[in-house]
Amino acid sequence: MIPELGHFALIIALGIAIVQSVVPIIGAHRNDAAMIALARPAAYAQLLFMGLAYAALTYAFIVHDFSVLYVSQHSNLLQPLVYRISGVWGSHEGSLLLWTLTLSVWTGAVALYSKHLPDALMARVLAVMGMISIGFILFMLLTSNPFERIFPAPQDGNSLNPLLQDPGLAIHPPMLYMGYVGFSVAFAFAVAALLGGRLDATWARWSRPWTTVAWSFLTLGIALGSWWAYNELGWGGWWFWDPVENASFMPWLVGTALIHSLAVTEKRGVFKSWTVLLAIMAFSLSLLGTFIVRSGVLVSVHAFATDPARGVFILIFLCLVVGSTLALYAWRSETVSTSGHFHWFSRETALLLNNVVMITAAIAVFVGTLYPLVLDALGLGKISVGRPYFDSMFALIGVPLLLLMGFGPTMRWKGDDIKRVRESLQLVFIVSLALGLVLPFVIEGALHITAGLGLAAALWVGITTLKDLFARLRKSRIPSLAYTGMVLAHLGVAFFVAGVTMVMTYEQEKDLRMEPGASYEMSGYEFKFLGTRKVQGPNYVADEGRIEVYKNGELINELNPHKRIYVEQANPMTDSSIDVGLMRDLYASLGEPLGSGAWSMRLYYKPMIRWIWLGCLFMTFGGVLAISDKRYRRSRVARREAELPAQAVAQG
Amino acid sequence: MSELGYQKKGMSKRGKRKMVVALVLLGVAIATVLALTAFEENLLYFYSPTQIHDGEAPANRSFRVGGMVVDGSVQREQNSLAIRFDLSDNANVVPVTYSGILPDLFREGQGIVAIGKLDNQGLFIADEVLAKHDENYMPPEVHEALKAGEAANKAAQTLTN
Repeated sequence: MIPELGHFALIIALGIAIVQSVVPIIGAHRNDAAMIALARPAAYAQLLFMGLAYAALTYAFIVHDFSVLYVSQHSNLLQPLVYRISGVWGSHEGSLLLWTLTLSVWTGAVALYSKHLPDALMARVLAVMGMISIGFILFMLLTSNPFERIFPAPQDGNSLNPLLQDPGLAIHPPMLYMGYVGFSVAFAFAVAALLGGRLDATWARWSRPWTTVAWSFLTLGIALGSWWAYNELGWGGWWFWDPVENASFMPWLVGTALIHSLAVTEKRGVFKSWTVLLAIMAFSLSLLGTFIVRSGVLVSVHAFATDPARGVFILIFLCLVVGSTLALYAWRSETVSTSGHFHWFSRETALLLNNVVMITAAIAVFVGTLYPLVLDALGLGKISVGRPYFDSMFALIGVPLLLLMGFGPTMRWKGDDIKRVRESLQLVFIVSLALGLVLPFVIEGALHITAGLGLAAALWVGITTLKDLFARLRKSRIPSLAYTGMVLAHLGVAFFVAGVTMVMTYEQEKDLRMEPGASYEMSGYEFKFLGTRKVQGPNYVADEGRIEVYKNGELINELNPHKRIYVEQANPMTDSSIDVGLMRDLYASLGEPLGSGAWSMRLYYKPMIRWIWLGCLFMTFGGVLAISDKRYRRSRVARREAELPAQAVAQG
Repeated sequence: MSELGYQKKGMSKRGKRKMVVALVLLGVAIATVLALTAFEENLLYFYSPTQIHDGEAPANRSFRVGGMVVDGSVQREQNSLAIRFDLSDNANVVPVTYSGILPDLFREGQGIVAIGKLDNQGLFIADEVLAKHDENYMPPEVHEALKAGEAANKAAQTLTN
């Protein structure tokens, strides 16, 4: 009964979405207040019914209702409660339900926090979001109904893929979806502005906090995914340039360009059509990401779901969304006029270059990810693009990007003096370059040019950011939260670059055969294998390896990697064991038994790998701080400004 | 903006702007060349055991091969991690060696993909062996290679009959 209620709730949500996307937009066109006023309640009602549908599926998981096909495929009686709850989004149908619920959460949030918006704009924004919702609910009802029954109901279900039974992965998809779907708000604002023919600095101010929140979620989501892969896959890597990872990285790159471009549009009233285009691109890439992950078109280690019919639906939907908005853009962006002017040597230019670099990076990922798919679809052969392509592209793109990051915050709006900037930064440049090149010598006792340049880049970004902060503090100006957020995010980039450089240069990896009692030394740490023992988990049995780690003859930790066999799964699962440290991780995972107690195993030394995720946390937190800035909370002021001409705001 | 003094000495404003544009274009050109080179160098083509058998696979370049691990073909060396197995597309077989830890889902009878190079004896030296997370999942190109191999088998049988 409950699953049917969930199904009905989904159908009702579809009906509401249709009303939400048709009525307010006509109302906005005709200036009909009653029709416009329908937008907000419709958004809330849709949230309610999506929430009910979602709750129904979660309930079916919790009470082990195996008569629901999806539940029986992805949970069993032994599954712990938290993985039954997270099992809802463990596969295709449920993750779509989560995607759509996330969309209605964002829609509800826009409805709630848009009291200061002009009514017509708000109506159009909610209507556009309703249209996206229609697409996704239809997709679920037509091709992937999560509430489908199975008769007769099995006694017990299959297990959720054991790889997904990990806290990191349990929260990774919701975070990622909050990010992906969050870009729909910026998209809806952009489309609404094009429809209404009103695109100005206030528009940028309204869509900016939404975009930053979405970007923060996406950053956190991607970082969690990377952390999960590192912990769980047993390969010790933190990024694989897998198409599924790239699918989330492309919207992130364009989203990063977008938050910088929005800053210029808000402050200076320029780059408007470019910003609109970026907003459209960011969300289109999110949809493309959904298509890539959910259609099964990929040869990918992540391909959990494979069904071509679904792929065709998403592809058509994607073409409709991208095609119609680009057509709208081509038709309406002429009406957008640029009001501000700036000198070529200015912060505007620096941010424009940032955008160029970010888009270049996104194109590099796009080509590497989609070229093989296109070639395959045309029957021109099966290829894949190797990791070294992406690595060398990003090393290349990183140079101008990180160099620019030093200049951007230092430079003034409108125009700056080359001499002033040079005097302000040349010492920092020399110091960070010298220090960066010397550091590898201090850390590892040998010069290393690429490592030195990477560390120099991290220092350059870090020091220029802090220098600008202290310059502001010295003038006894209390920095705004938005500015502090930028400082944190840029420091996060510095941490990230330092971590990546150290891991890529100095990591040690060894696959070896070890007998009980054998030891192996790596980067000053001695790994001693004591043997394995059997252990029993809630829904698995495992061989647990016992590896003592010594530094200078002193025992520092015992690593206990597992080789698990989960109930209902034929294959073993590797569960690595990691000794975590700020400056280094020691990582061990079991391969397979080689007879007489010996095992093949993999040992790693990973210097500063934590800095990668620490950097991402800084970026996320920076985004959160930035949106807490008080200028986004002064709704009455914003409303008054909204009634002023755009140019006045841009100059103010 | 005339208060910015730097415009007066050295190059004219327009000259500087031209130089910046030229530099940006130069940078973009270099980046494009590097990108295309990196792209070309890192393209991994896929070959089935039959294509390798027919001599279609390159000699000195990494590529990917996929197929089923032949039952009973997996051999381990005693004191190292070296392993040897045969990959089949139901028509032809390629011998593969690999040294290191195999993925959890590597088994006889399982479809896998290996990345590496062919030596001059026709032995495939794998640097990487990939098996999918999902035990029921078959890499699409392996699936197609198997189908093609079966079709070739049937055609050969009808010819001999």
